Amino acid sequence: MSEQSSTAGRGRRRLSRRRAITLAGVGVAGVAGVAAGAGALTRDGDRAAAYDGAAGAVPFHGEHQAGITTPAQDRLHFVAFDVITKDRDRLVAMLQEWTAAAARMTGGKDAGVIGAVGGMPEAPPDDTGEALGLPPSQLTLTVGFGATLFRDAQGRDRFGIAGRRPAALADLPHFAGDALRPEISGGDLCVQACANDPQVAVHAIRNLARIGMGVVSVRWSQLGFGRTSSTSRDQATPRNLFGFKDGTANLKAEDAGLLREQLWAQPEDGADWMTGGSYLVTRKIRMQIETWDRSSLAEQEQIVGRTKGSGAPLGRRDEFDEPDFAAKGDDGQPVIAVDSHVRLAHPTQNDGARLLRRGYNYVDGSDGLGRLDAGLFFMAYQRDPRRQFVPIQTRLARNDAMNEYLRHVSSGLFACPPGVRDAADWWGRTLFG
Amino acid sequence: MRTTRFLVLAAVGALAVTGVTACGGKDDQPDAGAGNTVKVKATDSVCEVDVTELDAGQATFTVTNSGSKVNEFYVYAAGDRVMGEVENIAPGLSRELRVELPAGTYETACKPGMSGRGIRGALKVSGTAATVAPDAALTEATASYQRYVTSQTAALLTKTEEFVTAVKAGDVAKAKALYPVARTYWERIEPVAESFGDLDPKIDGREEVIEEGMEFTGFHRIEKDLWTTGDISKDGPIADRLLVDVKEIVTRANAEKLTPLQLANGAKALLDEVASGKITGEEERYSHTDLWDFNANLEGSKAAVAALRPALEQRAPELVAQLDKEFANVEAALGKHRDGDGWKLHTQLSKADLKELSDSINALAEPVSKVAAAVAR
Repeated sequence: MSEQSSTAGRGRRRLSRRRAITLAGVGVAGVAGVAAGAGALTRDGDRAAAYDGAAGAVPFHGEHQAGITTPAQDRLHFVAFDVITKDRDRLVAMLQEWTAAAARMTGGKDAGVIGAVGGMPEAPPDDTGEALGLPPSQLTLTVGFGATLFRDAQGRDRFGIAGRRPAALADLPHFAGDALRPEISGGDLCVQACANDPQVAVHAIRNLARIGMGVVSVRWSQLGFGRTSSTSRDQATPRNLFGFKDGTANLKAEDAGLLREQLWAQPEDGADWMTGGSYLVTRKIRMQIETWDRSSLAEQEQIVGRTKGSGAPLGRRDEFDEPDFAAKGDDGQPVIAVDSHVRLAHPTQNDGARLLRRGYNYVDGSDGLGRLDAGLFFMAYQRDPRRQFVPIQTRLARNDAMNEYLRHVSSGLFACPPGVRDAADWWGRTLFG
Repeated sequence: MRTTRFLVLAAVGALAVTGVTACGGKDDQPDAGAGNTVKVKATDSVCEVDVTELDAGQATFTVTNSGSKVNEFYVYAAGDRVMGEVENIAPGLSRELRVELPAGTYETACKPGMSGRGIRGALKVSGTAATVAPDAALTEATASYQRYVTSQTAALLTKTEEFVTAVKAGDVAKAKALYPVARTYWERIEPVAESFGDLDPKIDGREEVIEEGMEFTGFHRIEKDLWTTGDISKDGPIADRLLVDVKEIVTRANAEKLTPLQLANGAKALLDEVASGKITGEEERYSHTDLWDFNANLEGSKAAVAALRPALEQRAPELVAQLDKEFANVEAALGKHRDGDGWKLHTQLSKADLKELSDSINALAEPVSKVAAAVAR
């Protein structure tokens, strides 16, 4: 506190900058045993290797982009950009610069080669600094390309890539009940930042947005917490804001055969540049929290089709027991109601179509009417939305008993290219290169 | 962005070569012998400055922090007036402070942990101030911008006089027409004007920044009366006061000698003004003439960059090309909202229009934020 009062007499402009520096220093000094202040030391790649578990680093390079089958981290910052330049070279240069920054940041380093401190005093730092002293926190950065990057709303081939738009990147249809807000839907590019520390995720998006100034403009973004899906068998199934376990029947990293069949785009799918990539559908689904909370436990369980406690399908004992959709109760009615969520969404009811869900809870404060502005930021990766998300959602939108408590307010569809192979490779090379 | 990297790497290179000042033209001077390069060893408890006497002129302090706390280094004149400072020196790092010191007595100070009075030491500077190795382009930059300030302040005074006369005559229509015109000259040189912290709120203070015990005066007070009640019958004294304050600031602005670095920072500050006050419509909340100010800020920023241009062409030609492109881009985006000789009202713009303007300002402000480092090299 003395730091702040000692600067209080200074001019307003100065104060804010000073305070930021001072607080950053204090934060770092708080990490006992770590030599204070030196960002270049604490956000260091060599040191990053020393962190493991939730604080560790996820490899950035590989056949597939990280952040898809990576065990779902705890926090999300998702952003969709509009590309505002007409210059293909500038776009490509930015993607290359983004890739370099992403490789650095996921390794626990500053966004730029100089870093947040230690550069010229007269120059703005090439990293914004709020992640100084924080470990990599399993940060992953995953990029995707929206349909409007290939052809804009007027049908123009913006960057000479219209012919490379994959068939699987077909616009999603209107689903019954959609209340989509265009200003928080779509986008030419997206970046998904997931980390176990929200500050690390926000830092990554902020620095990418800054690098992109003049080339891209943030269209919308979403913060999320409390992963609502497990993408690995090692992870316990988490709960969504309805209080139910979510993602029990998710595609998981260990299902190698299923991943090939259901998650990764294959050479025979028609768009070579997407081989090893995946298609991401995002849906911001507002939950009518207050009315849900007033519904009885029995109604809630009927709607979901699972018990609230263990997550077991109704009529079964354990979470991972297969639901018995044929079972009937004493009243002759199906134990798992015909309009229950689990029945409508289950692979066995959708010709085996599955998704790798990676959603997060969100709370955007309250809505001015005393209600939480909250829900699920649904994200699902898949090989072909036309065979997976679209038919599943079509059934859900028509019949799901849960719809009474849901409103889809934002939608996005992105083609996420294959992984960045090595330091010479870059996001989008297979598309633009 | 490539330019940034280049600039910053150049800076690091300069820092790595200890004892050699980074700006050119001083290589012919003997190093420590001239007393102009000073080593400072800072720890958590010690601030060891290797000389206590210096020749007047430019001095370069190389501050090495071997302590465990983040440190700062200051050179103070009498009354703790800051002559120069370098902040946020992380443990294990060295930073340089270049400062121009005329003859006199000073104090040096390290501030381990960045708090308190610091560890002080005396510093005596004697002799006649040798002028800093002149960089003709930079010298011309300040002279050129000085001429700009002179011309803008002259017009500011004339137009403020006309505005004040109209207000006192109770001519609401004329006062409304003159209001954004007079403010154009103010907004073009806003960072210069704002450097006089006491006068700025009196002339340009918005209602919410007025502190208790202070009267709401100046342009925005009259703006409120003109556009809300249309009753300016009691604004005579406020108008008179505005003119007195503007005259004072014009005198002071013309006496002020700006450094190239101040020019560069001013160019950026003007765009920050646009981003934070004009695009949001906060500045002219009653008249909604924000686009007049937007354009004036942009012109002022461009004038400052133009003054630095010859120097930038030598130092960072890539940056100049980028600046030209982005200035043109903002001008094109803004140009869509012209209305006769003036500008559309902020309230006539759609959210999409404002987003486009915001994007273009962000795109310009990034390269402009690199100008200071290019100038400081």
